[in-house]
Amino acid sequence: MQYGEKSLLRFTTTGSVDDGKSTLIGRLLYETKSIYEDQYAAIEKISQRKGFKEADLAYLLDGLAAEREQGITIDVAHRYFETPKRKFIIMDTPGHLQYTRNMVTGASHADCAVIIIDARNGVLTQSKRHGFILSLLQIPHLIVAVNKMDLVDYQEDSYAAIVEAYQDYSQKLDIHDVTFIPVSALKGDNVVEKSGKMPWYDGPTLLYCLENIHVAADRNLVDFRFPVQYVIRPHQDFRGFAGKIVSGTIVPGEKIVVLPSGNRAVIKSITTYDGDLPEAFVPQSVVLTLDREIDVSRGDMIVREKNLPQAGNSLEAIICWMDETALSTTKSYILKQTTRHVRALIKKIVYKIEIDTLHRMPADTFLLNEIGRVEISVATPIFYDPYRINHATGSFILIDPLTNNTVAAGMIRNAPRNIRCEISAVRAEGAGTGNAASKSPDTVWSDWNIPRETRERQNGHHAAVFWFTGYSGAGKTTIGKLLERRLFDAGYRTMLLDGDQLRHGLCGDLGFSVRDRQENIRRAGEVAKLFFEAGHIVICTFISPFARDRQFVRSLFPKTGFFEIYVNCSLETCIKRDPHGLYKKALAGEISEFTGVSSPYEEPPDPEVVVETEIQSVANIVDMLLGRLIRENIIREDALV
Amino acid sequence: MNSYRLSYLKNLESESIHIMREVAAEFRNPVMLYSVGKDSSVMVRLAQKAFYPGKFPFPLMHIDTGYKFPEMYAFREEFCRQIGAELIVERNEHWIAQGCHPLKSGVDKCCSYLKTGALLDAMRKHRFDAAFGGARREEEKSRAKERIFSVRDPFGQWDPKNQRPEPWDLYNTRINEGETVRIFPLSNWTEQDIWEYIKQEKIPIVPIYFARERDVVVRNGILIPLAACSYGDPKAGKNATAEEITRVICRFRSLGCIPCTGAIASTATTIDEIIGEVRAARKSERENRVIDLTSDSSMEQKKKEGYF
Repeated sequence: MQYGEKSLLRFTTTGSVDDGKSTLIGRLLYETKSIYEDQYAAIEKISQRKGFKEADLAYLLDGLAAEREQGITIDVAHRYFETPKRKFIIMDTPGHLQYTRNMVTGASHADCAVIIIDARNGVLTQSKRHGFILSLLQIPHLIVAVNKMDLVDYQEDSYAAIVEAYQDYSQKLDIHDVTFIPVSALKGDNVVEKSGKMPWYDGPTLLYCLENIHVAADRNLVDFRFPVQYVIRPHQDFRGFAGKIVSGTIVPGEKIVVLPSGNRAVIKSITTYDGDLPEAFVPQSVVLTLDREIDVSRGDMIVREKNLPQAGNSLEAIICWMDETALSTTKSYILKQTTRHVRALIKKIVYKIEIDTLHRMPADTFLLNEIGRVEISVATPIFYDPYRINHATGSFILIDPLTNNTVAAGMIRNAPRNIRCEISAVRAEGAGTGNAASKSPDTVWSDWNIPRETRERQNGHHAAVFWFTGYSGAGKTTIGKLLERRLFDAGYRTMLLDGDQLRHGLCGDLGFSVRDRQENIRRAGEVAKLFFEAGHIVICTFISPFARDRQFVRSLFPKTGFFEIYVNCSLETCIKRDPHGLYKKALAGEISEFTGVSSPYEEPPDPEVVVETEIQSVANIVDMLLGRLIRENIIREDALV
Repeated sequence: MNSYRLSYLKNLESESIHIMREVAAEFRNPVMLYSVGKDSSVMVRLAQKAFYPGKFPFPLMHIDTGYKFPEMYAFREEFCRQIGAELIVERNEHWIAQGCHPLKSGVDKCCSYLKTGALLDAMRKHRFDAAFGGARREEEKSRAKERIFSVRDPFGQWDPKNQRPEPWDLYNTRINEGETVRIFPLSNWTEQDIWEYIKQEKIPIVPIYFARERDVVVRNGILIPLAACSYGDPKAGKNATAEEITRVICRFRSLGCIPCTGAIASTATTIDEIIGEVRAARKSERENRVIDLTSDSSMEQKKKEGYF
């Protein structure tokens, strides 16, 4: 393989104090022959001075005097190594001091993260925190290295207990690819070489895993976004716009629109020092020229005419507070997003996340290292995509204009939909029973003629709602159909409500605008409610991309009867599956506001169940869901064959 | 068909170009520190690419100690003439006149006066608010911890415990009165990447990177060029030293001041041979840099005082 053609993996490593993280990295570097003799000699010298017999590889990483003194890691350290297959950049982040700001700095560049857990200690709170931050930053791949296996006699039990405990926690998080590996960094087991001491483990070594993780699919190649960095005008005849393609691809001849002016033009050329390009893609730095003279300057964004980001003055985001001075809702900050700086005000703190328990708590401010959800308003509109879909246009930093410190890192979820908020609030009051229809305030609620409980007794099972959400093509309907068939065949009362069916009748008057989508989901929720009250197990398959709409549906049902099931599948795979050819049309610009292409999908923060259709088979998923119904006492254990 | 894969070097190139454009757009008066070495050569090429077809919108500045190799001065003049770059040369004339020299004044003091001091003076004199440096994180352990945008106080000092968070590629370029920022666009490049890129892009470099026969004396296993043994005057001749002079085939792996730069035994006379050597290297690139060896934290200490 040509040197320059190797692929690159940037990964971050994190762990708690004394879990052997530095030793693990040292081992990785040592065994891939990435430590130079003079560096090794220097480590030996320090180790001897500190009274160790053997060279402590940890000193290799602790670059600052204070770190070596105290034997701790203070700041993100970068290390570089390569194997015949790949080049690697390690961003090693400290696990304790200042961990949030450093982890955010380190992990924001990572394709993959390695969390190290000491086999003797089990899953500590710290390891959970790390997982949580990695999930906030949407690091797509997580490797959990269970270290110090030599100190638990290479016993499978200790390892299995940690795997189970961590899986328990990680299921609540937004991380879908988790790999566990038992290792001993000190002895070298399963780091680079496969260990002979753990015959019960037949998985890959850490290095093998790092070498083979597939990261190319994690990029967003769909939405062309080009924040203009600099205007290049060397002479009268040339005017080009320099920037980095942060997502998507572009070809000369494509129609573009410049935001915020809305001016339209056609790409004339993609100019570089090495010649004009026939096509350019993320993450290339190029210069674009246009077919006509229009006003474009730094801070503008060039996008495809038929694939626009969202624009607005207010947004909702998860932020990590990184400054000693607490967040203030009365002072203005500078928000830097792509190449734009705007004045910003944190209007409202929606909640703070208690990281250890993942509970949401009310808060008036955020202190250093605290994380939560806020509503921000900005002085001039910004152009963004939800962070989930596009890290580059969905991320921002906040700067304190007085100290010029970077005080927060933020990930945009969406524009707040306040109207919806109010409706939900009204609904929530009567959730589960009543319904205070806002346009007919004089109607009086009366109880169902035959209460659900009575119907349930007759039916021999409880009522429930399974609400499947996910991209088109993720597999919602396929799973829903098989699930209903299995339940029906076993004698249960069921009903399947599918998005496409409802749109042919009850919702035939609705389109795909945010408003119409809201109404569509509202009606679906109300219909599900009727079947629920009739004692049915209702299976609903709707893309339902917006968290607030789903929240509304949830508010209609008692807690024990509602299950939100997130059908997770990467957009790339959905596009490949494209069961109805809709993505093809959407990508060609023939369908507007198509989820995943030109309209966002907000991943559920707390679904009852997450299923992965890229990994699990439909039959397995259905078995798992039936198991869940049994565990929740909705159906009987002996009812299914 | 198209897998939209960018080669590793193209990835690094794009990252560096993005950084340079951010600096040019957001700072009032940036400058690119030019040390004549291979990393500088690569950095200048990246700047040419970043602003093509325009010229890069900042001058180059060489902090000259007066102790550089003659080949470096010759190369500097020719290189800058060819690319048509504006070159500023700044020297700490006061201390050079005082005869400041590593062997006489001590390595640390000499660096502090002739490099750090001269740099800070020059930044003030020209009112530069941002300076690109060619440092790479792989080079040295304290550099491994430095941000790409490294804020320095009015005395040019780095505070490693108080670095700004640097998430994604959103660089905070705002500074307070008197502060400056050092920007390291090559942060994520390795020595090998530099050579591979020099080869791929056919970038000119100072000829003393290539091996030939040279007169040296051996001190602590480091090959010191004979010229370095005489007090600051490379022309003082062999009499200046009583040590044994040997003639070996060697080259310079990294370039600094003559008295503080050792050579390494090598027969590499082409870029390909150098790449082969770097790949097989068992010792780090700064093994022959006397300035890094004075104490365990010598580089961190220098950076805290305002060094590049």
